[in-house]
Amino acid sequence: MKISRRRFLFTTALVGGGVLIGYSATRPSKHRRANAELAKGGEHYVTSFLKIEPDNTVTVYVPHSEMGQGVHTSLPMMAADELDANWELVKMEQAPAIDLFANGDLIKGFAGEFGIPGFLMGLVNVSAVKVAEIMNLQTTGGSSSVRYTGEVAMRTAGAAARHMLIECAAARWGVAADECTAQLSYVHHNASGRTLSYGELAADAALLEPPENTVLKDPSQFTIMGKAISRFDIPAKVDGSAFYGIDAQPEGMLYAAIRFAPVFGTKLVSVDAGDILSRRGIKRIVELEDSVAVVADSYWRASEALKLLKSEFETSDNDSTSSADIFAGFDQSLADSNGSKDIEEGDTEGALESAADVIEGNYRVPYLAHAAMEPMNCTVYIHDDIAEVWTSTQDALGIKGRVASIAGLAEEDAIFHHSYLGGGFGRRLPFNWNVIDHATLIAKQFDVPVKTVLSREDDMQQDYYRPAVASNFKAAFDGAGNVQAWHNRFTGPIQTPGASHIPYTIANKSIRVVDGDTHVPIAAWRSVDHSQQTFFTESFIDEIAHRSGKNPYQFRMDLLGDHPRHRKVLEVAAEAAGYGRNLPEGHALGIAVQQSFGSIVAEVAEVSMGADNQPIIHKVTCAIDCGWVVNPDTVEAQVESGIIYGLTAALYGEITIENGRVAQNNFPDYKMVRMATAPEIEVHIVASGEALGGLGEPSTPPIAAAVTNAIYILTGQRVRELPIKNTDFSRTTPVARV
Amino acid sequence: MANFKVNGVQQNLDIEPDMPLLWVIRDELGMTGTKFGCGIASCGACTVHVNGMAVRSCVTPVSSVEGQEVTTIEGLASVAAGANPSAPDLSAVPLSAVPLSAVPLSAVQQAWIDHQVPQCGYCQSGMIMAVSSMLAANPNPSDADIDSSITNVCRCGSYPRVRKAIRSLAIA
Repeated sequence: MKISRRRFLFTTALVGGGVLIGYSATRPSKHRRANAELAKGGEHYVTSFLKIEPDNTVTVYVPHSEMGQGVHTSLPMMAADELDANWELVKMEQAPAIDLFANGDLIKGFAGEFGIPGFLMGLVNVSAVKVAEIMNLQTTGGSSSVRYTGEVAMRTAGAAARHMLIECAAARWGVAADECTAQLSYVHHNASGRTLSYGELAADAALLEPPENTVLKDPSQFTIMGKAISRFDIPAKVDGSAFYGIDAQPEGMLYAAIRFAPVFGTKLVSVDAGDILSRRGIKRIVELEDSVAVVADSYWRASEALKLLKSEFETSDNDSTSSADIFAGFDQSLADSNGSKDIEEGDTEGALESAADVIEGNYRVPYLAHAAMEPMNCTVYIHDDIAEVWTSTQDALGIKGRVASIAGLAEEDAIFHHSYLGGGFGRRLPFNWNVIDHATLIAKQFDVPVKTVLSREDDMQQDYYRPAVASNFKAAFDGAGNVQAWHNRFTGPIQTPGASHIPYTIANKSIRVVDGDTHVPIAAWRSVDHSQQTFFTESFIDEIAHRSGKNPYQFRMDLLGDHPRHRKVLEVAAEAAGYGRNLPEGHALGIAVQQSFGSIVAEVAEVSMGADNQPIIHKVTCAIDCGWVVNPDTVEAQVESGIIYGLTAALYGEITIENGRVAQNNFPDYKMVRMATAPEIEVHIVASGEALGGLGEPSTPPIAAAVTNAIYILTGQRVRELPIKNTDFSRTTPVARV
Repeated sequence: MANFKVNGVQQNLDIEPDMPLLWVIRDELGMTGTKFGCGIASCGACTVHVNGMAVRSCVTPVSSVEGQEVTTIEGLASVAAGANPSAPDLSAVPLSAVPLSAVPLSAVQQAWIDHQVPQCGYCQSGMIMAVSSMLAANPNPSDADIDSSITNVCRCGSYPRVRKAIRSLAIA
């Protein structure tokens, strides 16, 4: 990695003899000044990543949100390992939402090396204003926390601290630093048998300049990384004490239930509140531009009253729009336009014209809601020229700025109260701010805190959705049956560049994107474009394999000559799944592979058809190459999680538009995989030693195609539209096993 | 007036009889371990015990628990240990809270730690309450029993670990 580490490091003495080792994404001078001020004030929640105190405890400040991905544990593991700390003495604290922890510059720096993370890509290109906003975010997303903050900042801070502590011990003893070793939070001078704890050395270390060059450990030297360490956040999640945004209950708080304009982008016309103000506990009706809220002394009272309130919203051009209209628009767009270039290699048109055979496959997927378990909510308390905010977010700092601007305050006058997230999946990323905005506008009208909570129905109907996409393919074959060209046109926008690209060696490729804008708001959804595009590309490559008369696994292996890491995960997954061996009667295996967020994942789904003519997913065998592993238990958990999330979408997930609005309401009509339908999942980690890959998302993309590719073998029916539940398999016959 | 016990503590509340138990527990008593997920008894995030039986509190009118014993996730360990704690004050729980209760965790809660079950954790109060109730009635459930009894939604997909944790308890 070429990022200069030196210029980002700084140290600060703590009142009482400790040291802070910070890693700044911006100018160290600014941080050092701020740290010095805070340290003088005796503030110990200061602004760095690592704190060593005289009692030998190490505190690691994590600037990212914990939403179940384990980042509150994996980042401290990275710092502590480089520090050679005793894990028993390591504590984690959530870093405060202040701009010293903004990771925009870090992301920008990383982007220069590896490309901008996909989830921000669409935003970065929007405008200079948004770029400026992004640089002031404290974002958790894009499977990026361990890859950026961990690799670039945490490990460096830990290694630098270790170096300085050894220097200090050597100076005290009057020996050479290279005669000293560090282990389990102590520095040892083996020749003389002397030892000093890190805590005893911390005050001295605070006086040193950080080292010019920080050498990170070789993986063979890891003592903490690579181990299945129990997560810090789990004990609080089994006894009810874990604090989520929705659990905020500041003194004197009121509750708001809100009704939004059902058709996106329309405004409130009138409200007939009837006599609901006379109901128990009802405080006020708040009319906003596009919504109306009832505020009461209890959420239930507010929401019951809201049900009785009559409201009228303006009509719009979209009032009759349906999903069928939207897909017809996509088809029209695909018919009318050749789109803009994503990839052009060779002469695809020529290959199609001279082909002995051409196959086509037109695919589509619907909008999807995030449906995080914690319904969207936000508590705001505006008082004494400050705004306090409690909300579960993937971007604490961005929320702070947003709330402050709506409240008419400066960002530093907003106070953000951290919490765990009851699921993120992209819904709680920057710019998906409708609930934050409305909660702040409501709270502005009160001098007490107000908690705005969306019902599950509103959470589902006022989301920013995974885009619906149509994607049309053609493949050209020569007289010998070899594939010569890959032709793909799909509806945009592209949120994740490269998601539609294929790793397979095909001489001629033409991939282009056409306009797919609609009135439905969209955003990143776990794995962003990869979830749709991988279903498309890994299904159509399967069609090509079958057309070629080849085994879909072997066909992929044959076309992956340039991609040894892809080949390896395919091989591991196929072998572990028993690919090519005898399966129980009526079972088939489907396979798919995709690289996303720096990790390569192959999945094999073992599927049979149930008595209801719908698939039963018995087992998913997964191989992931995420470079190397910080916490193997977290890898496994995240892979399981991503597969289940993607499987729910593949089997059942669809948000449809009727009369301009979302038709689905709640879990009964936005069905979920549950215990009875969750497959056994087997995870194999392939440690290639390459750069760290992401984990929060990469197991989601392959699962849909893995399942539908198995369904094709079982039924002869190629599923080209998700969700699978909409396909009628009652009159199908299996294809010959290849 | 609603009169019932929550985690062993008598409550006498001047509230509407049709207020769902979920909102009584969360908003009136300020105990936030029990979660709102769907409001229609579909997801199970709000699961509590009434006389030891799992119920979905979001559709349980408080009038229906008159005179009954309600146990929430906060009281699970104490009830399992036969203790009689006062209601915990959850108003100022920091983010990385230490376990509330001085008594040891219940076997199910401990298994949840041993198997590192929770991810975001939001559904897990309800999941643990549902599993605890199931195991009390059926200490050695088959996979089919688990499938039919545990119908809670977990968007993080902790299902494989939930199953492993239940199996570890069943064997023990």
